[in-house]
Amino acid sequence: MLIQAHHLVKTYTMGDQTVHALRDVSIDIAEGDFVAIMGASGSGKSTLMNILGCLDLPTSGEYLLAGEAVQGMAQDQLASIRNRRIGFVFQQFNLLPRTSALENVELPMVYGGVKALERKTRALKALEQVGLGTRSEHTPAELSGGQQQRVAIARALVNSPQLILADEPTGALDSQTSEDIMRLLTDLNQQGMTVIIVTHEPDIAEWARRKVVFKDGSIIEDVVKDSTKGVSV
Amino acid sequence: MNFLAALRSALRALAANTLRSILTMLGIIIGVAAVITMIAVGRGATDRVQEQMKGLGSNIMLVMPGGLTQGGVRLGASTGQGLSEDDANAIARDVPEVQVAAPSMRSGAQVIAGNTNWSTSIMGSTNDYLEAREWPLQSGRMFEAAELQGSAKVAMIGQTVATQLFGESDPLDQVIRIKKVPVTVIGLLNKKGQNSLGQDQDDIVVVPISTYRNRIQGGNAGKLKRVGSISVKVKEGQSMKVAEENIKDLLRQRMKVQPGGDEPFTIRNITEILQAQEESSKVMTMLLAAVAGISLVIGGIGIMNIMLVSVTERTREIGLRMAVGARGKDILTQFLIEACTLSLIGGAIGVALGAVATWAVGQFAGWQVSMTATSILLATGFSAFVGVFFGFYPAHKASKLLPIQALRYE
Repeated sequence: MLIQAHHLVKTYTMGDQTVHALRDVSIDIAEGDFVAIMGASGSGKSTLMNILGCLDLPTSGEYLLAGEAVQGMAQDQLASIRNRRIGFVFQQFNLLPRTSALENVELPMVYGGVKALERKTRALKALEQVGLGTRSEHTPAELSGGQQQRVAIARALVNSPQLILADEPTGALDSQTSEDIMRLLTDLNQQGMTVIIVTHEPDIAEWARRKVVFKDGSIIEDVVKDSTKGVSV
Repeated sequence: MNFLAALRSALRALAANTLRSILTMLGIIIGVAAVITMIAVGRGATDRVQEQMKGLGSNIMLVMPGGLTQGGVRLGASTGQGLSEDDANAIARDVPEVQVAAPSMRSGAQVIAGNTNWSTSIMGSTNDYLEAREWPLQSGRMFEAAELQGSAKVAMIGQTVATQLFGESDPLDQVIRIKKVPVTVIGLLNKKGQNSLGQDQDDIVVVPISTYRNRIQGGNAGKLKRVGSISVKVKEGQSMKVAEENIKDLLRQRMKVQPGGDEPFTIRNITEILQAQEESSKVMTMLLAAVAGISLVIGGIGIMNIMLVSVTERTREIGLRMAVGARGKDILTQFLIEACTLSLIGGAIGVALGAVATWAVGQFAGWQVSMTATSILLATGFSAFVGVFFGFYPAHKASKLLPIQALRYE
């Protein structure tokens, strides 16, 4: 199991109200799986995503990522885990403005301490993998939304992470482009990376092998499908 | 995080808001330029005083006859005729701190050489005078004992006199006439420059004091070998104060002044006066630099302000960087480098501007200025310090952001 999360609880205090974002959630995700997490906004899906991505820590509960216990780690250790094991794809792409695609893709390696020459080679390879080999010198402003998301995916996969977390990856894209992006994520999954996407669009969830539905901080549905939109098993 | 990568991203961030960056730098630019110019002006003044001290000779004191009182009217210094050559000899002999005591008399006179003439100052003295003033010869020789004793018609002349009378040709062994007395030039003095009052010290003819008294002064020389003043040089390492007291005691004794009575002479400790001047110009330099330093601090506050804005504006970027693996330390470094880049570029421009301003002050106001590597290093170092100091708080604030909050920041 790549992800073993047991009895996760997350509560926030907003003013004098306590919000229960996660109420005793347990989930195991196997290596190489393709999971879609669904639910209305406020259902707790983003909170789970943040905890799984080591961006946030649970109030209580146990989380093991690739056998490593994450809870109780310091911020710097979490940063190192994110750097080595996880690639993020965001709805708003979150690329650095006025910075070439190549340099954007190099960013995780800069923090990983990879040498400049190797950074460039690996970043170019990742850009070729997402079909943007010829656009490496373009800045985000010179790229379309779909192309920007491809750059973001290249950035996510450049450190060869075990887990790719995509938070509404198609939320800002039209349906044709969305399909291209989902196909790309499916390809990565086929190559062995574990992919988790958060979405509220059923169409997009169809691409995943496993569907987890959240409501009010708890999992209400967890199904594994025989076939997906991308690949038939 | 890689330093080059951080520097590149800092430059990119600054270039993204060019006008804002330039306006922020302006504070540092003006501050650094002001510090450099003010220090240069202040140091120029100090240098000037130091040059004067050098020109004067070190540890020098001037003993002059006191004022004469005629019918209740005090006539000021040097109107009395109280000092004699014997007093000078006594000072040199009996005061242990004294290296030399040179009696001298001077007056203005017209000097003629060939078909040109020149009005200059005639000084009657001894070789000791040159020793006291630390004034070497450029060529020729000093007076011989026989010449000093026997009112010989010989003279040493200053550079200005040499140029005025002989132009480019060698003045040695030429004959000049001082008040119709033909005198042979035996020595040419080194260039001394201006004194603290702006007078040309090289405009001088030095003759033996006996020659001055017997041949040039005119009138009745009198029995007592009176002198205009005595230049005293105190030995290196001896206290000027003690020497002054001892000279005072000696002269009071020689002149039989009653205890508590007024002294018929005055002692001027010229070195001390100049040292006080030097001290005050140093204090002035410090004050000017401090005032200029305040503008640097204000420039630093400008940097802090803009870095805080920048951190807020780029919260999402910080979140993203953290998501892909940046540690707090990396974010801190990045924003510190950005603040330092801002202040150092500003500092560099400020140094250039300060150099131009210093040159302009020297050129157009005619002040003596002195720009040193130290002041440049000081200003640059200070601007780097300002960058780190005022950049630290915003950078620290950025590094303490939680990734999840930073990413979700609207």
